[in-house]
Amino acid sequence: MAQSAQTQPEVSQTPASDNLVEIRDVHYSVGTRPIFSGLSMTIPRGRITAVMGPSGTGKTTLLRLMTGQIKPDRGQILFDGLDVATLSRSDLFALRLRMGMLFQNGALLTDMDVFENVAFPLREHTNLPHSLIRNIVLTKLQAVGLRGAAQLMPAELSGGMARRVALARAMATDPEILIYDEPFTGLDPISMGMIVRLVRQMNYALGITSIVVSHDVEELAILADTSYIIAGGKVAAAGTFVELKDHGSEIVNQFMHGLADGPVPFHYPAPDYYEQLLADRS
Amino acid sequence: MNLLRELLESLRHFLATIGGTTLFLGRVLGQVPRALLRPGLIIEQVHNAGALSLVIIMTCGLFVGAVLGLQGYDLLQRFGSEDALGTAAGLALVKELGPVVTALLFAGRAGTALASEIGLMRATDQLTAMEMMAVDPIRRVVAPRFLGGVIAMPLLTAIFIAIGVFGVQVVGVQVFGVDAASFWSQMRASVGLDDITEGIIKGCVFGLACSLVAVYEGYTAFPTAEGVGRATTRTVVTSAVLTLILDYMLTALML
Repeated sequence: MAQSAQTQPEVSQTPASDNLVEIRDVHYSVGTRPIFSGLSMTIPRGRITAVMGPSGTGKTTLLRLMTGQIKPDRGQILFDGLDVATLSRSDLFALRLRMGMLFQNGALLTDMDVFENVAFPLREHTNLPHSLIRNIVLTKLQAVGLRGAAQLMPAELSGGMARRVALARAMATDPEILIYDEPFTGLDPISMGMIVRLVRQMNYALGITSIVVSHDVEELAILADTSYIIAGGKVAAAGTFVELKDHGSEIVNQFMHGLADGPVPFHYPAPDYYEQLLADRS
Repeated sequence: MNLLRELLESLRHFLATIGGTTLFLGRVLGQVPRALLRPGLIIEQVHNAGALSLVIIMTCGLFVGAVLGLQGYDLLQRFGSEDALGTAAGLALVKELGPVVTALLFAGRAGTALASEIGLMRATDQLTAMEMMAVDPIRRVVAPRFLGGVIAMPLLTAIFIAIGVFGVQVVGVQVFGVDAASFWSQMRASVGLDDITEGIIKGCVFGLACSLVAVYEGYTAFPTAEGVGRATTRTVVTSAVLTLILDYMLTALML
């Protein structure tokens, strides 16, 4: 029965489990280059899950697969039992109402001020009166400490502020899951600390599930309940941060301790250095 | 052999673009009814595409009319029929110059603005963010801009023609001394409702074509600075060529 259920392309009938997202044997290639070859992982409900890995391993691609922006070549991605890849556009949009996503660059709408950016999903999806929308937006902005910046345009915000506004917008509709794509990149230590604190607060105060994709090991050590390290198109290791620190795998060890030498080469594949230097350039 | 392969590749690319644009038009038209439910968004885009193009349209209309007055007067006076300047200028502006030049200017001002705006939204993940918020960018971003262009173009054409006629009158009547009464009476007698209809139809068709090209190029732009730049260039070139081809086809149909 279990096997036949897995082969069904339609919505899975599995009851609500402890895992909000299940990724089963996913294969995905860009052109002839394989990104994932048999990736499997689970995202537990109400927890913070970190997805780490060296640059170029497909962390953002994984988020795009989870959110139905792209479809896997093979395998299943189940969101609360729904096979994301087989959903119609309207069903996918209905599913996305349950998700909030924080983009690496914030992706704020540049023709609207901060207030309107946070109000945007509410105006699009609800018929709430203006006064109620105003209160919700101010509450969300207060949570990220930017109530006073409500009238600023995105171009007037620093990188950290833009990401906090994007976080307020992502949680405007009170989603079940918040997905963070590289939330710490390019932030100063103060902004980084704020974002870490906010992610934790959102998770524990609202009981939502969080997925944080990053390669900032130190921040994720504070933040994540469970961590996955992706390398070579598969999960190289999974567990708590302490378990990963002591992991026997060479690649996990290289990543967790930031070693220059290891299975992940420093140099992109290239012809022999001296041969290339001495080659007849004509 | 290489030339043949390149020609075939170009043909394949051309057909793919035509197919892609047609499908895109279908998607946009499918969202038009829902976009019409929010007239505020459309009015904003009519303002962006129309009102913000007014200065360039009026300036060019005035000078196109003035040149038409100069050339028309020079030509007609050789045959001693300078009184026919009103007829010649009126028909030329209403049937051809008005819609065509307005479309070319529209593509250069509003079309490029639309393409680069949507392309930059794509490059900065704003469209993806909308999709992630379960908001269809075709409905929220593309359809209002498309409708704004379609509505603005005929209005701009009418304004261009009116200003152009004024330009002809200034040069012909005020400068060269063509009799004002015969200028206006000949124009009124010769420019019929069917001529005005032809001009309006052309304005609408060119507006649809130029707006479609602009939103399509912006929406499908490669999400880099270079990609947005190329999309903007393609918008002007494709719109201009398409306008002239459509102009020939419409003129042949309505003669």
